[in-house]
Amino acid sequence: MRRGYDDVVITCPVTVPYVRYSIRGGHWFLARALAELVKASGVAKASMDGLCVSSFTLTPDTAIGFTQHVGVSPRWLDYVPLGGASGVVCLRRASRAVQAGDADIVACIAGDTSHTDSFRLTLANFSMFARDAVYPYGAGGPNASFAFLTSYYMRTYGAERADFGKMCVAQRDNALKYSEALFKKPLTLAEYLDARPIAEPLRLFDCVMPCAGGEGFLVMRKARALDLGLPYVHILGTIERHNGFPADPIQMRGGWAVDRDDLYAQAGVSPSDIDFFQTYDDYPVISLMQIEDLGFCAKGEGPAFVRANTLTFDGSFPVNTSGGQLSVGQAGAAGGYLGMVEAVRQLTGQAEARAVKDAKVGLVSGFGMINFDRGLASGAAILGAA
Amino acid sequence: MTRELSRPKRKNPILRTRLATLPPGARSRVALGLTAAAARGAFELQVCRDCQAVQYPPREACQACLSSRLPWRVQAGDGELIADTTLAHSNDLFFRERVPWRLGYVRLDCGPTVVVHMHGDVPPAPARVKVGARLDKSGQAVLIAFPSQEVPNMADDRQLREFTCDPKFRKVLVTDGKTGIGQAIVKAIIAAGADLVWVGHAEPWKKFPGFDELKAIPQVSLMPLDLTDSKSVREIAAEIGGRVDVLINTAEVHRNFGIGNRRGVEIAQAEMDVNYFGLLRLAQEFGPALRGRAADGQSNAVAWVNILSVYALANFPPHGTFSASKAAAHSLAQCLRAEMRPAGIRVINVFPGPIDHEWNQQIPPPKVTPQALATAIVRALKDGVEDVYPGDVAQEWLERWRDNPKALERELSNP
Ligand SMILES: [Zn+2]
Repeated sequence: MRRGYDDVVITCPVTVPYVRYSIRGGHWFLARALAELVKASGVAKASMDGLCVSSFTLTPDTAIGFTQHVGVSPRWLDYVPLGGASGVVCLRRASRAVQAGDADIVACIAGDTSHTDSFRLTLANFSMFARDAVYPYGAGGPNASFAFLTSYYMRTYGAERADFGKMCVAQRDNALKYSEALFKKPLTLAEYLDARPIAEPLRLFDCVMPCAGGEGFLVMRKARALDLGLPYVHILGTIERHNGFPADPIQMRGGWAVDRDDLYAQAGVSPSDIDFFQTYDDYPVISLMQIEDLGFCAKGEGPAFVRANTLTFDGSFPVNTSGGQLSVGQAGAAGGYLGMVEAVRQLTGQAEARAVKDAKVGLVSGFGMINFDRGLASGAAILGAA
Repeated sequence: MTRELSRPKRKNPILRTRLATLPPGARSRVALGLTAAAARGAFELQVCRDCQAVQYPPREACQACLSSRLPWRVQAGDGELIADTTLAHSNDLFFRERVPWRLGYVRLDCGPTVVVHMHGDVPPAPARVKVGARLDKSGQAVLIAFPSQEVPNMADDRQLREFTCDPKFRKVLVTDGKTGIGQAIVKAIIAAGADLVWVGHAEPWKKFPGFDELKAIPQVSLMPLDLTDSKSVREIAAEIGGRVDVLINTAEVHRNFGIGNRRGVEIAQAEMDVNYFGLLRLAQEFGPALRGRAADGQSNAVAWVNILSVYALANFPPHGTFSASKAAAHSLAQCLRAEMRPAGIRVINVFPGPIDHEWNQQIPPPKVTPQALATAIVRALKDGVEDVYPGDVAQEWLERWRDNPKALERELSNP
């Protein structure tokens, strides 16, 4: 029987303001995230004895080089280069370390910079399979990969572009109430449908905008959080799965579908108990797959589910309540933290004008690393308000 | 259906010639197996020797059983296009200049899903397709999905032409038209749609057999060109170098004998002077001109063809000094290829077995006819391959050489 997370909690959701481009390095955004955690918690960096880092633009460094860069001496260190799955996976690693006593307070941080050419360079060197078997084919990056998935999904399950558009428009509505979102103007369905093509059927507003920024949170025991006077949330259940369903000829489901029963069993809740869902939304089709694979509707019924619900923070099924990456921006690995940080804000009363009413239980999902033809890393966590 | 290519308009000489950009050329070492096969015109994937699982992308261990025994094996390429898209945007300069660009996911019948460039006649997904490997402008292998059945004007497809060196509407220099090989190549290249063929002849004061016939072909323009004379090569390059799209070096001196049967080095020097130094002179004068026009519109400079010999791979003692000169030329051609690659100009090395002409009189058949050699060269240009081994003898030698070069050396040295 798998152990629960006892009284291990998450506190101090922080964000390093997002910008489209920055002349800073990845180290800068990670250092700012750490500084924000110090400020938010009142805990000195020397007292954070665990550190968990996710970044693409920290190269040639990893977490270890970063310790010297910012002058910390943690007794527990992890580097989780899992892109969009980083938030969930860092939480899993950190919470077990705290539970086992290997660390008392773990700072989980993710951040990346964005130079005018850094996105291209990241794509060109993303992985061996990408360099050998994807990048030479038009160098379209994840846009091309998700164009294939989206067109296949539309053909197979009858989704319309307007279904994806409804998701994007709802997220933009949410983003208008989140001050850090880079997109400040409302988006109409007509604007979504008529946007310029990127890789058909994907158009401009189906694709995240790469940017620079950072996110972070702390993991500690509940008693410590109470001592420090920090609002916290409980970890009810978590899963991760990598390279799930390798025999599928094209990715129509992610690793969540393998483990979702385990997830809900750990948490002792069912999908109908979930008050909001932070999906990993680099493209709307993948959000739709998460809605299906995490049990809110059957495979292929995502479009009907979207048509039957309102997806804004005040709607019947709130999704990506801060706007998601599609409306906030994708700050590299911080994109994998965006949903986690927003979920903690929602469950600790820090979501301001976009608060989901009476939110008690939230679901956060992660997805990352388009290695060749599909995203390999997936994970999810169910969090509960104190 | 592919629209038949039309003859390009005359170039406005005031417009800037577009600089060559290349598609992404970085590959892992193991992925170069795909390139090695595509350079010969083959589509090969790794197949596990222990469990027969077909692998893609190329890798270091079998994804089914972890075996590291993953030899490359020829694949039929049949499969189903399961999804397609058209890029309207790319982060890469080469593709940015060429969008819209169509791509697909193909589930191969042999197992893996592959990302492919698409021939324009492949219908939207789902559709049956045939996948093949081609070298792209960076000289690395990529996969392309073709319609499952031949269609009209297939070679004229805009995307496909980025991978091939089709002579249609291109201007070609054949360096020596005096020989049967040279003349066969001129005729084949014109039949393939070349616009203009300059044909070199080293001794313009002498009429050679076939001269009148060549001269009567409207696309042919005869030029004095002597590869042993640096000045002659330089003058011709200055005159036509800026217009040549495809250069085919057919000049060759071929004498029999090894080392012990002849005194002196004059014959060997004459072979080297044309077969090796002739190539060097051509490369120095024409190389920069071709590189400068590598991205010059629809009928850009695309290819350089060297007629070497299968004896370049391993010495054939009865033709020992000739073999040595071709080995030298092969080595130089590899250097030329490396220098032309940054511009995307393909260097095609042709390794024929014995050709049916006077200096191979004593070699028993099968011998390659000049017509068969010419056909193989046109095919190589159309397919954009790098290394061609026309004829049964060359194929057999290639197989023996790839299997065990030392064994071939012994086999060739037996009287
Ligand atoms: Zn195997």
